[in-house]
Amino acid sequence: MSGTSGVDDAPAVEVVDLVKRYPKREDNAVDGLSFTVRPGEVFGLLGPNGAGKSTTVGILTTRLPATSGAARLSGIDLLRDPVSARARLAVVAQRPNLDRSLTPRQNLTFHAAYHGVGRADRNERAAALLEQFGLADQADAKVDWYSGGMAQRLMIARSLIHEPDVLFLDEPTTGLDPQARLFVWDRIGELRDRGVTILLTTHDMNEAADLCDRVGIVDHGKLLALDTPEALTRGIRAQAVLDLSVTPAAQEHLATLLSDLGAVEGVERVEQPAASPAAAGAQDQGPAAGDLPATVQIRLYLSADPALVLPAVVGLLSGRSAALTNVRIGTGSLEDVFIDLTGRGLR
Amino acid sequence: MRTVAARTAGTEPVRSVGDSARRAFLAILWRDLYVTGKEFWVLLVQVALTPLFMLFIFAKVLVEQGSVSAAYGHNLLLPGIIALSAFLTSLQSVAFPLVMEFGWTKEIEDRLLAPLPTDLVAVEKLLMATMRGLIAAMLMYPIGALVLGSAPWHPDRIPLLLLALLLGAWVGAGIGITIGTLVPPARISLMFGLILTPLMFTGATQYAWPLLDTMRWFQVVTAFNPLTYCAEAVRAAMVPTVPHIRPWISIVALVASAALFTATGVLSFRKRAQS
Ligand SMILES: Nc1ncnc2c1ncn2[C@@H]1O[C@H](COP(=O)(O)OP(=O)(O)OP(=O)(O)O)[C@@H](O)[C@H]1O
Ligand SMILES: [Mg+2]
Repeated sequence: MSGTSGVDDAPAVEVVDLVKRYPKREDNAVDGLSFTVRPGEVFGLLGPNGAGKSTTVGILTTRLPATSGAARLSGIDLLRDPVSARARLAVVAQRPNLDRSLTPRQNLTFHAAYHGVGRADRNERAAALLEQFGLADQADAKVDWYSGGMAQRLMIARSLIHEPDVLFLDEPTTGLDPQARLFVWDRIGELRDRGVTILLTTHDMNEAADLCDRVGIVDHGKLLALDTPEALTRGIRAQAVLDLSVTPAAQEHLATLLSDLGAVEGVERVEQPAASPAAAGAQDQGPAAGDLPATVQIRLYLSADPALVLPAVVGLLSGRSAALTNVRIGTGSLEDVFIDLTGRGLR
Repeated sequence: MRTVAARTAGTEPVRSVGDSARRAFLAILWRDLYVTGKEFWVLLVQVALTPLFMLFIFAKVLVEQGSVSAAYGHNLLLPGIIALSAFLTSLQSVAFPLVMEFGWTKEIEDRLLAPLPTDLVAVEKLLMATMRGLIAAMLMYPIGALVLGSAPWHPDRIPLLLLALLLGAWVGAGIGITIGTLVPPARISLMFGLILTPLMFTGATQYAWPLLDTMRWFQVVTAFNPLTYCAEAVRAAMVPTVPHIRPWISIVALVASAALFTATGVLSFRKRAQS
């Protein structure tokens, strides 16, 4: 690895009792945060709006001064030696900050030049990245003409052109369409395979669960939990669930069906997920108002192993001529953990 | 756990902080040169039009009408206008973009995260703005000569002229960075009225400072504007016969102002960059 003052086997990012209070604010935006990101790890910071994620990223990328505490990047003291750290990190900010006086291609080449990449190298890398990020056609257009998703892709491409050791992504997929999101996830996967350390912030539970090796949940600038996504979901809500899609027999009363399901051994609670799109769609197709919907979504919260409960549930349903069209066995999701820790209040 | 070894870019040479800072500084300077060059006519329109019209009305139209003597244009206004272009161009060409780059577009973040000390980014801005001011002033000289039909010319005093313009542009750049990093984006038009207009009219560009002794209070006010010393030094270089503040006094005042506003500019840039 290149660089001058870094310690190679040091943690990629090390944060110790980090505190940030903005001027003229009563509360700390970051309030005694400590965590460590291992080299090559994909680390997620999860938290509601205003939790202090962007502020943390701002300090770790040398954009913001910390009020107190320490932060190191590959052993480099971020607060004392920001210049060395900048050479090794890259950041994709939450808000677009492309250079609008330059073309998309120049955004890449100039950025590379700032980081000392030679001319031939940077032109080659820029062309390859533009190709890879699907921007080659519009590489010499105006940045202003770019859609939000294109700008986001360009910002990610820009962050990669000087080949950083540690990449900070502040809500990299917020506002992207599903294709673009999958695309970004794939790129993150590739980077992890190349050994780039990634610290990303997100509100998206699937993103955190699928991409991150470990997740830290923050709120009010404090770390509430830190573990692998699996361990977090296992630890806090050990409860398993069965999600069923059921088409009851025509003469069936839904309420009785539900209460009977609730009486099955190992089922603790029965719920109908309120905003399930399948149920809403099914209602439109119902034969007449007041009749049972064609298909209903039912969630069973279990106190026993799903594999033991499922046969009884299937038996009960088929005994009443209800068709079971879909089953999903789930453990509590990261979202449950998140709401559990940070509450339902709006920020 | 994965290993970190498999990086593709093992080719980068080991580089010292000073070396990477030097490269980053040059690259940022090149970026500004490139952008300025690309939109140079915008800059010209932006800054040269006001002085040009002033020159045209006061030194041409009013002279034609007999309201003003022809000597006014040559002796007082043209040198003043050249000084004003240096000062105002550097000031505006850095202040406005900075307000935007820091405020709405956040464009500057990419340069702030380049591997060089933040202060050097400010110094680069200062350097570029000074250069733009100097170029604008040097363009204004021949343009003014065209408008007026002729312009005073003292080859032996060109070093003084260049020094005065360089320092004037530098002071303008320092003030521009200070304003550009202190003024919030929403207040940008207020800044024009409240800061630029008084600066333009208390700078001895349309009148000679020594001749203000009949209006003592205004003479005192004018003495606090660094532009006054630039205009006076330019006059000393271009039209030595017109009463002017002694050049060495003007130069000392300009150097002091340049030092002061470089300091305020770099400090407020640093503060703005870290918020
Ligand atoms: N420049 C600033 N000046 C003052 N307070 C700020 C500033 N930036 C952020 N804050 C405050 O600091 C706290 C943390 O903000 P931050 O932007 O870090 O949150 P976040 O976790 O990134 O939120 P989001 O998910 O909405 O992006 C908030 O209470 C916010 O109001
Ligand atoms: Mg944020």
